[in-house]
Amino acid sequence: MSTEGLGHHISSRYNEDLERLRSSVLEMGGMVERQLAQAIGGITEPDARMIMLVAQEELRINQLERSIDEDCSRILATRGPTASDLRLIITILKIITDLERIGDEGEKVAAIAARLATRERPNNRYRELHNLGELVSEMLHDTLDAFARLDTDLAVAVLRRDRVVDEEYEAIHRQSITFMMEDPRSIRRALDVMWVVRSLERIGDHAKNVCEYLIYLVHGKDVRHTRIEEIERELRAGKG
Amino acid sequence: METMVKSMASGSEMGGFPPATDIDTGVIPIRPSGRGMLQVAVDETRRTAALKAPVKARVEALSFFYGLTKALNDLNMEIREKQVTALIGPSGCGKSTFLRCFNRMHDLTPATRYEGRILLLPEELDLIAADIDPIEVRMRIGMVFQKPNPFQKSVYENVAYGLRIRGVRSQLRIQEEVEKALRGAALWDEVKDRLAASATSLSGGQQQRLCIARALATNPEMLLFDEPTSALDPIATARIEELIAALREQVTVLIVTHNMQQAARVSDYTAFMYLGQLVEFDETSRIFTNPAQKATEDYITGRYG
Repeated sequence: MSTEGLGHHISSRYNEDLERLRSSVLEMGGMVERQLAQAIGGITEPDARMIMLVAQEELRINQLERSIDEDCSRILATRGPTASDLRLIITILKIITDLERIGDEGEKVAAIAARLATRERPNNRYRELHNLGELVSEMLHDTLDAFARLDTDLAVAVLRRDRVVDEEYEAIHRQSITFMMEDPRSIRRALDVMWVVRSLERIGDHAKNVCEYLIYLVHGKDVRHTRIEEIERELRAGKG
Repeated sequence: METMVKSMASGSEMGGFPPATDIDTGVIPIRPSGRGMLQVAVDETRRTAALKAPVKARVEALSFFYGLTKALNDLNMEIREKQVTALIGPSGCGKSTFLRCFNRMHDLTPATRYEGRILLLPEELDLIAADIDPIEVRMRIGMVFQKPNPFQKSVYENVAYGLRIRGVRSQLRIQEEVEKALRGAALWDEVKDRLAASATSLSGGQQQRLCIARALATNPEMLLFDEPTSALDPIATARIEELIAALREQVTVLIVTHNMQQAARVSDYTAFMYLGQLVEFDETSRIFTNPAQKATEDYITGRYG
């Protein structure tokens, strides 16, 4: 299946419906990405307007999710999609759930970032949080890119990166525990840091889900709950 | 998995378009209908893949000719016992021609010719062999057509007819078999009080079920359906579809349908045909979610033409 493969329906309206649906998902992805960038920016650079912008974006994301849902239902009811069209609809229905949840997590990050901004900041100004945030943002960006280009190689690369996120998560976790033991006055701040890290790690998981759905869309293979080595082997076999 | 890609036409050097005649045999290959052609790659491993249920009929190198026109080109396929196999493909792809081979419906058309074999298992009876009596074939393999075609007789006589032809004399036995067939066709409750009424007084959907009962009366091993619901309303269609699903308990079903959702709903296996060739044969759930061939994908998603 290729991006061009989506064209050429006998019914041009059906074509337009599917094309519009795809661009709506990309639009929703763009919003989620922007919102996450704002939230992460707020961790290192306190910004009073940030929390408001994030909340506005969240509202638009939710609206778009509902409208995409509705379009999918309508296409299922009226067109009876099959094969790759069916997989596209199923995939989109799942992807937007994950995107919406990324939005929710982004909002949490923003709220905590705003709270951290009111308190004394550590010497490194939450550099490690910011790094993890960048890592997760990149994952999300590549995930959306992979979806736009139906690029499963890129999707597999994103799946691989999820391990790095998990490692970072572990490292910050340990570091926070150390801080709390050394100086009980830092507990409140360390707990907030833990919440942010937790949200970022969840965002990585959602991006991973989207990549797995994408592999299903393109190859018709369900690779959820499958080890990455096995996924790669299966995809190689499919191409051979 | 090794995929052999070949052109639909016998002359693959001709850049996909079939030559006017095949020089060796003087045979005119089947032509595309002039509209957009599908890109076809025949997957040799998938179409004869070992699937689960036992085999009821094996089609071996079947070709069929109307005069010099080759309508079916080297079909190989296994029909699974007590399963529903759907044949789909655009008009003129040969699916009805293929279906009709199974009960020798072409015998009355002049200048037609079969090549290859259709073996009915377990005894490997070649259905299209010249020395096989078509009447015997039709007793074992019943057929239901697009438009209901009951005889101008009573409901009862329509069903009893095949039994009488078969030489059943006992009235009691005939009565039992008629009831059994009508029950099998999910029609008994609707007609039990009007068995003597003319078959043509029934509704279209009832007439079609009567034709199914008529076909069931001789205890066939296989039933052929040629677009059985295209003349029926959605409710009558749903009844026939229910019935086909239930028939799977007793017979092997082969169905030609233009309604792809119907094929997806009622069948266990689906064969996609194009220009007289079998392009893809697989479990229905795979064909409709993740077909192996691009041509199949294009056809079932409506990208053909």
